[in-house]
Amino acid sequence: MFISKLKQALICLKAGRVTLPYPYKPSPPPEGFRGKLKVDIDKCVGCAGCANVCPPGAIEVIDFDTGWRRMQFHLTRCISCGRCEEVCPEKAVTLTDQFELSTNTKEDLTVAIEVYMDTCQRCARCFKPQHPLDKMMVTGFRK
Amino acid sequence: MFSILEKCFKKSIWVYHTNASACNGCDIEIINALTPFYDAERFGIKLVGSPRHADALLVTGAVSRQVCPRLKILYESVPDPKLIFAIGSCATGGGIWFDSYNVVGGVDKVMPVDFYIPGCPPRPEAILFGVAVALGLVDKKVAAEYLREKGFSELIEQGQPATENE
Repeated sequence: MFISKLKQALICLKAGRVTLPYPYKPSPPPEGFRGKLKVDIDKCVGCAGCANVCPPGAIEVIDFDTGWRRMQFHLTRCISCGRCEEVCPEKAVTLTDQFELSTNTKEDLTVAIEVYMDTCQRCARCFKPQHPLDKMMVTGFRK
Repeated sequence: MFSILEKCFKKSIWVYHTNASACNGCDIEIINALTPFYDAERFGIKLVGSPRHADALLVTGAVSRQVCPRLKILYESVPDPKLIFAIGSCATGGGIWFDSYNVVGGVDKVMPVDFYIPGCPPRPEAILFGVAVALGLVDKKVAAEYLREKGFSELIEQGQPATENE
């Protein structure tokens, strides 16, 4: 029994330190990890395709009368499935490898962008402007 | 006396793990964070078997109607001061089931939550990071990062709403 304990001690000595020194040294996630989503405000055309496919309904689209479309990304219930990244025609939504999202307030986890859209004169719904210059004249702001 | 207690509280957090109708993904990650590879015990984090011994509650899952009264009893049986961690997307905002008929939709509708750790499931590193934020070892990284990129670091210190024209 004593010899077996010695053998165990030898095995442990060989292995050395295996603990991950995480909070003191960064531990990057593996390749292809899907973390927090990031929206590029300059590329987004406000088609709301991401809101259609989002399984938890984390992307909320609010239309104003003045031709602004507000898109809110509720990261509280985002499950990082990556469907928005697949479906985005302009590659505006990308999933970064950031995973350190813990906060003490829920307000930190809501990202909102506002996109300038044209409004239909009949139904007053927003659609993409005819000319890309129209969009570039007025750009949104991001929270 | 209170300062000594505060010091001790930071050095040894005993956690009680609660599954409030989660899918077990977050629970496996919590147990993974307690293994020797991640070694949460170097921060004094220890899993206990009774809520009466615990300082912190780790709650996972969108709270269903059936588990809601039990969770309230559990919250009352943890002695003060206590920390509540909502772990996973379901616990923070309801996840996929946020508007389902049989869930309450998030732990914060049942009891006051101190720290949210979103992710589906969160990595064990993310859970450790959340505990480190709770203990004051590191600053939180969301909401402030964008402003820091753009050079608005003074806004972060003042804690103003993060609006900015491009």
